[in-house]
Amino acid sequence: MTIDKKQQEIIDEFSMFDDWMDKYNYLIELSKDLPEMDPKNKTDENLIEGCQSKVWLNAEMQDEKLVFSADSDAIITKGIIALLIEVLSGRTPGEIKDANLYFIDEIGLKENLSPTRSNGLLAMVNKIKAYAMAYELKQNQ
Amino acid sequence: MSHNVSYDVSSIRKDFPILGQYVHNKPLVYLDNAATTQKPQQVIDRIHQIYTKENSNIHRGVHYLSNKLTEEYENARETVRSFINARHSHEVVFTNGTTHSINAVAYSFGEKYIAEGDEIIITELEHHANIVPWQVLAERKQARLKVVPINDQGEILLDAFQRMISPKTKIVAVSHISNSLGTINDVEKIIETAHQHNIPVLLDGAQSIQHQEVDVQQLDCDFYVFSGHKVYGPNGSGVLYGKEKWLEEMPPYQTGGEMIQKVTFAGTTYNELPFKFEAGTPNYVGAIGTAEALKYIREKGIRAIAGHEEDLLHYATAQMGEIPDITIYGTSNRKISVLSFLIKGIHHYDTGMVLDKMGIAVRTGHHCTEPLMNHFGIEGTVRASFAMYNTRDEIDRLRDALIKVKQMFS
Repeated sequence: MTIDKKQQEIIDEFSMFDDWMDKYNYLIELSKDLPEMDPKNKTDENLIEGCQSKVWLNAEMQDEKLVFSADSDAIITKGIIALLIEVLSGRTPGEIKDANLYFIDEIGLKENLSPTRSNGLLAMVNKIKAYAMAYELKQNQ
Repeated sequence: MSHNVSYDVSSIRKDFPILGQYVHNKPLVYLDNAATTQKPQQVIDRIHQIYTKENSNIHRGVHYLSNKLTEEYENARETVRSFINARHSHEVVFTNGTTHSINAVAYSFGEKYIAEGDEIIITELEHHANIVPWQVLAERKQARLKVVPINDQGEILLDAFQRMISPKTKIVAVSHISNSLGTINDVEKIIETAHQHNIPVLLDGAQSIQHQEVDVQQLDCDFYVFSGHKVYGPNGSGVLYGKEKWLEEMPPYQTGGEMIQKVTFAGTTYNELPFKFEAGTPNYVGAIGTAEALKYIREKGIRAIAGHEEDLLHYATAQMGEIPDITIYGTSNRKISVLSFLIKGIHHYDTGMVLDKMGIAVRTGHHCTEPLMNHFGIEGTVRASFAMYNTRDEIDRLRDALIKVKQMFS
């Protein structure tokens, strides 16, 4: 499934929710389903310190694809991480680099990825993109 | 409804237009007052009037508008003087805010009086604004920063403070009231002790000026600093009060126009107090707006406000008791209307996000007091801080919302 198809799937899913309460409850559920991050990857190096919540992100290359695992100490943040992982993990660096993540906006969670929120999510997306660019450069060498 | 019958909170609320709005389709409950307070119409009107009718640069004009606004600016200084009962109006310096005021003292006092090996005393519950300027000063002068510990109620340990004083101690900087916990520190005792050793004391008044009567002569503090925006005034305006004897001796920390007496390329002589410390065009709109806010408080009565807020604190503390697994940080008997808390197992950021969607504005995080959070072994708290316009009904809404938060995350 392409990144955009996945995004559309999430948008459709969220369109069923009437209000923010349902959305947050769904994110809480997603946070529980997020595969647990290997504790050995929760290093200082993988830590993105937001002012409000912490995010850990680990990236590994498996069969030409970037696989991400991540975690957060805040549950709603973790729920959004689960969505980002669903969309971006297991893709080629090229796909990730070119991805336009419009779904966050469409499902009404844009504020969570704004620079004013400082929950670590924007930095996480930037880091994912940076990994993708770095790996692509390496592949093209 | 407040128990204080003479205090009409509903009429006060009408003075604050911002409070009437809806946020996420819910009536706004604004409980982030320790971060900044809202502005009464009187302050908004005053600022509007300056820009529509009175604006002109001050202290230098030959013309009508300049003279008139200079007079207003100096009247504002006098309003501040009288509000904090300073001896002289030239002991009142206008700044950009508390942080600016503390930096000014740290730099200027430090230049004059701090040498290698000297000691500066602060406490464990300080805001970063009352830590970092002293840290930087200590580095610059190779001086030592000493930190008075607190107990688990969030109270400064006075015995430890007494033991910490040495012949090398040159200044004590302490918050009058803790921004994260609400503790009213025993600054009378701290000042008395420090003065027995001829050590001056700076009080960070960012959280006290709006909550209780402040008399700098009675306190006998050497410096008292606060921000306009936390006392219902405009932002970008603040005050540095200093005893005349210190301000006279301290060198200017910023230089430029306005603060000079005579400038030649051979040298410059400085203007007299308070202008020596007000380089450049001051924020006269902010200063006049802040004075208007102080007049508003005076009209309502700071004691009546304090009584109302005390009622809110007690009511809120009791209501929080109805939420299972809640821990309140800052449990001193001497507190202002600040409630810092965590619900067991629920991240403060999650709590704040859900409260926001219910129209309730609180602050979450470390509140610029990371060392204090370290004391309690936590990353942050949820902080609800009440002001003169908050009500018991709003606290009920906070309580109900927190019960909902608890359900969602367990």
